[in-house]
Amino acid sequence: MTILDKLAAEPTTPSQEAHIENHSRRRFLQGVAGLTLAIYLPGGARAATPASSTGPLFEPNAFLRIGVDNSVTVIAKHLEMGQGTHTGLATVLAEELDAAWEQVKVEGAPADARRYNNLLWGSVQGTGGSTAMANSWEQMRRAGAMGRAMLVGAAAQKWRVPAAGITVADGVVSHPASGRRATFGELAQAAAEQPLPAEVRLKSPQEFKLIGRHVPRKDSAEKVKGTAIFTQDVHLPGMLTAVVAHPPRFGARLKRFDAAKTKAVKGVVDVVAVPSGVAVLAKDTWSARKGRDALVVEWDEASGYQGSSENIFARYREMAQKPGSIARKDGDPEAVFAGAAKVLKAAYDFPYLAHAAMEPLDCVVKLSADGCEIWNGEQMQTLDQAKVAELLGLEPEQVKLHMLYAGGSFGRRASKHADYVLEAVHIARAIGGKAPVKLVWLREDDMQAGYYRPAFHHVLEAAIDAEGRLLGWRHRLVGQSINADSPMSGLMKDGIDLTSVEGAATLPYDIPNLVVDLHTPQDVGVPVLWWRSVGSTHTAYSTEAFLDEVAAAMGQDPVRLRLELLKKHPRHAAVLRLAAEKAGWGTPLPPGKPGERRGRGVAVHESFRSCVAQVAEVTVQADGSLKVDRIVAAVDCGIAINPDNVRSQVEGSVGFALSALLYGAITLEGGQVQQSNFHDYALLRINEMPEVEVHILASAAPPTGIGEPGVPPVAPAVANAIAAATGKRLRRLPIDPAELKA
Amino acid sequence: MPTLDINGKPIRVDEAPDTPLLWVLRDTLRLTGTKYSCGMGLCGACTVHVDGQPVRSCITPIAAAAGKKIVTIEGVGESRAARVAQAVEEAWRRLDVVQCGYCQPGQIMSAVALLEENPRPTDADIDAAMAGNLCRCGTYVRIRAAIHEAAKSLA
Ligand code: FES
Ligand code: FES
Repeated sequence: MTILDKLAAEPTTPSQEAHIENHSRRRFLQGVAGLTLAIYLPGGARAATPASSTGPLFEPNAFLRIGVDNSVTVIAKHLEMGQGTHTGLATVLAEELDAAWEQVKVEGAPADARRYNNLLWGSVQGTGGSTAMANSWEQMRRAGAMGRAMLVGAAAQKWRVPAAGITVADGVVSHPASGRRATFGELAQAAAEQPLPAEVRLKSPQEFKLIGRHVPRKDSAEKVKGTAIFTQDVHLPGMLTAVVAHPPRFGARLKRFDAAKTKAVKGVVDVVAVPSGVAVLAKDTWSARKGRDALVVEWDEASGYQGSSENIFARYREMAQKPGSIARKDGDPEAVFAGAAKVLKAAYDFPYLAHAAMEPLDCVVKLSADGCEIWNGEQMQTLDQAKVAELLGLEPEQVKLHMLYAGGSFGRRASKHADYVLEAVHIARAIGGKAPVKLVWLREDDMQAGYYRPAFHHVLEAAIDAEGRLLGWRHRLVGQSINADSPMSGLMKDGIDLTSVEGAATLPYDIPNLVVDLHTPQDVGVPVLWWRSVGSTHTAYSTEAFLDEVAAAMGQDPVRLRLELLKKHPRHAAVLRLAAEKAGWGTPLPPGKPGERRGRGVAVHESFRSCVAQVAEVTVQADGSLKVDRIVAAVDCGIAINPDNVRSQVEGSVGFALSALLYGAITLEGGQVQQSNFHDYALLRINEMPEVEVHILASAAPPTGIGEPGVPPVAPAVANAIAAATGKRLRRLPIDPAELKA
Repeated sequence: MPTLDINGKPIRVDEAPDTPLLWVLRDTLRLTGTKYSCGMGLCGACTVHVDGQPVRSCITPIAAAAGKKIVTIEGVGESRAARVAQAVEEAWRRLDVVQCGYCQPGQIMSAVALLEENPRPTDADIDAAMAGNLCRCGTYVRIRAAIHEAAKSLA
């Protein structure tokens, strides 16, 4: 008997209206009022029907709802976790609909793999890999264009005029010849009766009015007012807040616990064991935390992780002595290295990194007799839904997801094992579903519970011949696979996780003899996960820092050498040229104050099908402390749907990447994570933020990613600038200022 | 049983005196605009005004706030600092500062407190006043620009 059968058998709790009680935003879950125009896309090959607020509103691929109140609601299948996806999706749809931007609202879609799957991910609904705009571009344009065609059809019928004479602009449908006009709202009901257009015409880029212009973010106002609802902010009637005692090391198990003192804490309601630890449930977060502090727990630590970062790197260095699985091989690198006039070699270490989003992980769960409701900023909607359903013995449709904003994620909420979501469900089940549960991870839990950017060790070698030509390149990587035990295991090819070698095996430089190989250590015992820009977080650094070293050894200018090697990669070359030009590459840097050393460095990298080049300017003090003064970036991300958001993402990426370069390290000792909060896992602060200048390459190609591609070039550009200033090549991240002392 | 003056209203709460103000605001009073992120005074997400000063509510016991004027993001637009708050919010919207938005109520409370005290802050003043507010999304370039813009609009 599942918990839900049990709940059905003993209806002890009065059914509770699932509305969020929240003084910041009371109207949160109000129903949809009025008639709406439901747009069906091919696949749901039938006409749209007016939907009432009770019936099933939309069938396959429903992205648009027009209310009689003249509101245009865009249904966003992607999570808004900061990257502007809601605004971007709405912009693309509103463009083809010819809506007025002010009338557009955005609503998170429910979980539904059939209607809301990521078109680049097959049947999975989820947000990641900077794919939101790339996969939705055509889909959202068609959704908007169909809406427009049906509004025009309705107007033509009503006014008895040919559709060809009707124009639409700024949310108003007009027939200039007769002077008739109507708003979308006035036509919504009639438009819903229109047949689905067989074909729609999409605009040519010259006709765009919203795409490529500045449109304000849809989420600004409520985020500025503090009324935007994050999972952390959800209050349901009767809800309990759970804080969990996790084992002190990965893989350790619960031996026993004594909750006597915990239960004596005012506000604590229950203490339950779950597979991931011991949950303390209380009326509020602070009581739950105090209750957890009072908990006496004994863990079976022998079964847990016992290693350390030092052991891990020692093992990786050892593994790097032998060839790994080949990810790419061109020409005859062995012969070229054997006959080289000069061979350069460098090894790099990259630590584990925590995502450390400002909103620590959290999830709200409410069980009922016939299902389960989840409130969360979900990054992997349908995968999490399926896992929850499996755990509860339900059909996926019985797991209802309410999409909220996520206070950052950077990959952490794309949990490959649904860890925190399932933990919340386990807790709700352990108390027999008697109350909705809000699971809250305190910052320390978030920092220590794993799922880090994997640690990596790289070894690079370059072969230069007697004429000073770069003829050979060897790149060996050692690090855990993110995808092997994930639902994305399809990204494994012949034992090689493509995300481990992305940016390395895809090196764009024209070097005739090249080999990239990979060791994937098994059973390391530290859980790893996608982290903003994934493999490129380390491959961009090692390849771009090493190429800079090679340029120096060859006596070549780093920009000129790259351009020389990028003849077959015009997008890379174009952003590199633009960034170099805007940064004044080749002109002398204004000198610093006495004792200061200044330098300029460059890097270019492609990730998520976008190319970004950056030039960094740094000042290094005599004591080794460092200030990044300026980053000049050039970006090719296809059509920039919202150029201001492209700039904003690149600015933010600079801050994100600098945190990792300057401070980021999760280290393990005696099996335990050493960091716990922002005092020992520091993030960049405003006084350390450089000026950022972003230049966008004009493009007519469909949009590619922008949430992540700004990250990879930052660290190598800065490292190359440091080398220009000090002559020191930094091979171990994060930077140790002691290495930079004058 | 302390009485707190929150956004101009006296509110009796029955939490223990050492309970951090943050949790009374968020969990008891459901004023969830004030955010939890570190709980140790390290990030500024929980910033509120206490007698006009920016304070980290996660490390402020309610006993220490009793009898003082507490203003949260929900009330700052109608507080004594209303004029500055409106200018700051307007600048934040105009420049689209926010990304995930989670840190932003705290950023805005710190920015309002800064401009209340110093109507024409320099970059160095902004660094000093805002360095306690972390933004993982890295919106710092725009935070700085928005503070300057708000200052200009108030001049
Ligand atoms: S939550 Fe209070 S300073 Fe971070
Ligand atoms: S906007 Fe996301 S943490 Fe600041």
